[in-house]
Amino acid sequence: MKDQLFGKDLNELQEHSLSLGLPKFTGKQLADWLYKKEIRSIDEMSNLSLKARDLLNEKYEFGLSEPAKVQISIDGTKKYLFPTSHNKFVETAMIPDDDRKTVCVSTQVGCKMGCLFCMTGKQGFQGQLTAGEIVNQIRSIKEYGDVSNIVYMGMGEPFDNLDAVLKSIDILTSEWGFAMSPRRITVSSIGIIPAMIRFLNECEAHLAISLHTPFDEERRKLMPVQIAYPISDVVQEIKGWDFGRQRRVSFEYIMFKGLNDTPYHVRELARLLSGIRCRINLIRFHAVPGTPLESPEEEVITSFRDQLTAKDITTTIRASRGQDIYAACGLLSTKELINNLQGFI
Amino acid sequence: MAKASEYSRSEIPLFIVKVTENIELSPGVFLISWLNRSPFIPGQVVKVAVDRAQPPRIYSVCSGDTGDKMSVLFNIKEDGYLTPRLAKAVPGDDLLVSSPYGSFHGDNKPAFWIATGTGISPFYSMFQSGLADNKILIHGVRFLNQFYFEDELDWALGKNYIRCCSRETSDKVYHGRVTDYLLTINDFPKDYKYYLCGKSLMVVDVRDLLISKGIPYDHIYAEIYF
Repeated sequence: MKDQLFGKDLNELQEHSLSLGLPKFTGKQLADWLYKKEIRSIDEMSNLSLKARDLLNEKYEFGLSEPAKVQISIDGTKKYLFPTSHNKFVETAMIPDDDRKTVCVSTQVGCKMGCLFCMTGKQGFQGQLTAGEIVNQIRSIKEYGDVSNIVYMGMGEPFDNLDAVLKSIDILTSEWGFAMSPRRITVSSIGIIPAMIRFLNECEAHLAISLHTPFDEERRKLMPVQIAYPISDVVQEIKGWDFGRQRRVSFEYIMFKGLNDTPYHVRELARLLSGIRCRINLIRFHAVPGTPLESPEEEVITSFRDQLTAKDITTTIRASRGQDIYAACGLLSTKELINNLQGFI
Repeated sequence: MAKASEYSRSEIPLFIVKVTENIELSPGVFLISWLNRSPFIPGQVVKVAVDRAQPPRIYSVCSGDTGDKMSVLFNIKEDGYLTPRLAKAVPGDDLLVSSPYGSFHGDNKPAFWIATGTGISPFYSMFQSGLADNKILIHGVRFLNQFYFEDELDWALGKNYIRCCSRETSDKVYHGRVTDYLLTINDFPKDYKYYLCGKSLMVVDVRDLLISKGIPYDHIYAEIYF
């Protein structure tokens, strides 16, 4: 199998150019073709000599892959299924909203974290995505030119594949790459502390933490990671970090009926997050097979938001999108869909 | 851009210990030990590193809380940094370890201990710490030589020690996966605790299975290899 150019950073492209006997500046030309122009083959790199293109074609492939399947919701949300190496698949969601188009990318095939409320974890961990496979989920969708925001909230735990995640952000935000603002990128994690610190130090994208309950013991029942990285430690780290005026930290809070929707939770959330300039995103829970959790009634969610707001915590309720195509992260019976697709292919 | 501190505020510091023993229990799986003076609760984890060049990894303690020895069980990841080096460690070598921490705690209450592979570690620690009464240990492996501590556990736990082997057969061993074995049980006690330790897919599958059999999810304690 040939090596892929798409997903390499400028240094790598320069090194590979030199290794083929091409000048170093070919690396910059390659970066332009890969990340700034809408081509999909080495043969289209028209400012490279034919000999250079032949040399590149012998050893490399361009590295983009088309989605294998697209589903479209009645609200315009799209869910793409992308093939990855070793005949696996990941989901990517494109969520249109007025003048914004947000793409939700996956970082792993499956997930190791085993959260009780997540469908992705039910397929176990099947592999890491490369930086190229992550960025391809943006570059190879029809809406590529109109993407306004990118969220790393699809399949997998981004901080469990941090090298590839950081590299993908580098490609997306570097001048030689897509030159996007890092303020248009949010990475969501359950809070693997060493990786979180590295992320905060090495890039400028926004951070979102899956919180779901402020109580340690309750969170342990929902999220096994709590045993290794308690939320109180995660928050302590964040409190010691200067996010500046532009960078944002937010907390994701999936609401579960009778479990994390009480005034005690409001009070403890306010205590836990005091001193952090942040936002809480309340998320309706969509039922997952085999999971004994339910979403609260709408008025409970609204009341919870209002109680947090009254405590000076900016709180929003995330709109549920693409429900008819199970577009939200981890809600699709991915395994079943993939099985069907593999059978089809 | 603002910088975070080089080291985490909540990061548990590592300190140097001397390796006392390093035994290969089965091909590629080692039990490495050092002198320990830190009290711990069976089921807790420690961070282990061979140097400061790479971040430490987390392992469940695999020894009892009464002696002066602490051990962890690890398998070699050929493309990894830590484990090939750990495997070469000999008595007298330095290791970097953290104080024990974590909330996967064993106790005296009735429970199922369900593990695959080296996920046996926290349960062996609990067993060695005198917490084996009222426990049923179910251990799943691929090959028969992966039933670590088998003789000791068989002698002490008897019929409450259930071995499941998916790729080889033997007397006294259930042929199949842990989940296959659990499906043969019709009536799980609702008042027991269920401790799970192993790879994520096993933990998720077993958790779903237990919930489907009527076990409240808050009776299920899961520790996953991250």
